[in-house]
Amino acid sequence: MAELDLWSMLFVFMLATFVGFQVIQNVSRLLHTPLMSLTNAISAIAIVGAILIAGEEESTTTTVLGTVAVAASMTNIVSGFLITDRMLKMFREREPKR
Amino acid sequence: MIHGLTQLTYLAAAALFILSLRWLSHPKTARRGVAAGVGGMTLAVVGTLLAPEIVNYTWIAIAATVGIALGVPLSWVPLTAVPQRTALSHAFGGLAAGLVGTAKYLIWFQHGELTQFRTGAIVLEVILGYLTFTGSLMAAGKLQEIVPTRPITYPNQNVVNLGLLAIAIGAGVYLTIDPYVTWAFPLIVLLSLAFGVLLILPIGGADMPTVISLLNSYAGLSAVAMGFVLENKLLITAGALDGSSGLILSIIMCRAMNRSFTNVLFGAFGQVQAGAAATEVKTAKSATPQDVAELLTTADRVVVVPGYGMAVAQAQHKVRELYDQLTRRGIDCKFAIHPVAGRMPGHMNVLLAEAEIPYDALLEMDDINPDLPQTDVALVVGANDVVNPAARHDKSSPIYGMPIIDVDKAKAVVAIKRSMNPGFAGIDNELYYLDHTLMAFGDAKQVMGDVVKALSGEGSTH
Repeated sequence: MAELDLWSMLFVFMLATFVGFQVIQNVSRLLHTPLMSLTNAISAIAIVGAILIAGEEESTTTTVLGTVAVAASMTNIVSGFLITDRMLKMFREREPKR
Repeated sequence: MIHGLTQLTYLAAAALFILSLRWLSHPKTARRGVAAGVGGMTLAVVGTLLAPEIVNYTWIAIAATVGIALGVPLSWVPLTAVPQRTALSHAFGGLAAGLVGTAKYLIWFQHGELTQFRTGAIVLEVILGYLTFTGSLMAAGKLQEIVPTRPITYPNQNVVNLGLLAIAIGAGVYLTIDPYVTWAFPLIVLLSLAFGVLLILPIGGADMPTVISLLNSYAGLSAVAMGFVLENKLLITAGALDGSSGLILSIIMCRAMNRSFTNVLFGAFGQVQAGAAATEVKTAKSATPQDVAELLTTADRVVVVPGYGMAVAQAQHKVRELYDQLTRRGIDCKFAIHPVAGRMPGHMNVLLAEAEIPYDALLEMDDINPDLPQTDVALVVGANDVVNPAARHDKSSPIYGMPIIDVDKAKAVVAIKRSMNPGFAGIDNELYYLDHTLMAFGDAKQVMGDVVKALSGEGSTH
């Protein structure tokens, strides 16, 4: 692998970590539970790697491993986004005084 | 051409993920954040499905169907079970990372394409992935009370645990230097799986908020390692966002308990700490729900402090009825939320939001503490250690130094509690013996219900 790629990946990692720190520090403590389920769904982007392995037909073993990984990631994506939305729907402001 | 298109979807997905978390900063924009997340995920998945390497879509389709079939019911769990669901999803995230790492190792091993860089990244991915997998399963088991929630300890526990991890890392380093050694990879997998279980065994229920956050961070980092293995910058970005989120939450949780990571992970907090069990007989004043209702009607300002006991008793809806009764009488009613109340960060907020209590009535510890001396009644519902004044002054107490909600400064305190049994840490709570504290014994839901009944029976005028 080209050495250049390692360095650019490390740069991406470093920058994304700082962006993450900045953005997440702004999240209200009210929403820390939805935050965790949302980041969980987002990090299930690992499905991208799993899809390639499940679809490559490299060997039976790797297809099985990839298939299980796709199923696990898909579970996280679906349940993560759905439950985050379900929780967020519940947060409402005080109704204006009548 | 197709490669460029895939990369373009990845680029857009990364931007959408960042926006998604940005919009989560406020309840008003938060749901837009979910939409952005879904959009990013869809783009990335479609972009990947275009990849020419994929020759067979059958298994992908089957797996995706299984995932949807599992994921939809998992999103319907009652909100009191959200910590378990979260731990379970960390486990799935770790599992996916571990499996992809294993598959990549096998493929490159077959083709003789293992480089030191690739192997090193795989080792990291596999260790983090598998330890997150078993560790989170254990955490979910403890939260669901399938596994005993009390800390399980044995002699030399820390030496054994760290020893296993050291062997796994040592084997990893060896494998990185010589990627074609056959014994090292299976050993690393087994040790990581075992280490995950052993790491969580000594952790007690009340430390779960920190541990879940830490596992969240590990799950994110395992996705980052996967990104390095697959040379995929989207994975690195999304994993880093998840990892930093978990890290921030763990830091907040540790600060809220005045403890360090090492102490949480290796301290086995909540073991028998009978050391200073005071033998002097102290008396607490008990009160009936009617007494509590009467006291509340004389108040102008009430602060409710919820804790895990409220979640266990599913009392949040009764708490809302109380909130309605008080607000209708013109009594100011606020909620004081300690960061570690419950079993995961933000647990209490979600439960109270479910009961339709407006979020502007939910205040953080630091914002409400200055108001407590002017509060007429502080009502503690199923919280214990987070309101123990010993944390402020008793240097011998295991929770000394932990920031607490200063309910003892309120003019009157009512604590709803199942019995006089001490909380998870086995620490006696001196709050219960104060002159201005009343104890209402019983199941939180039952007691709250009776108080509400007594209040509504008295008519709605002052």
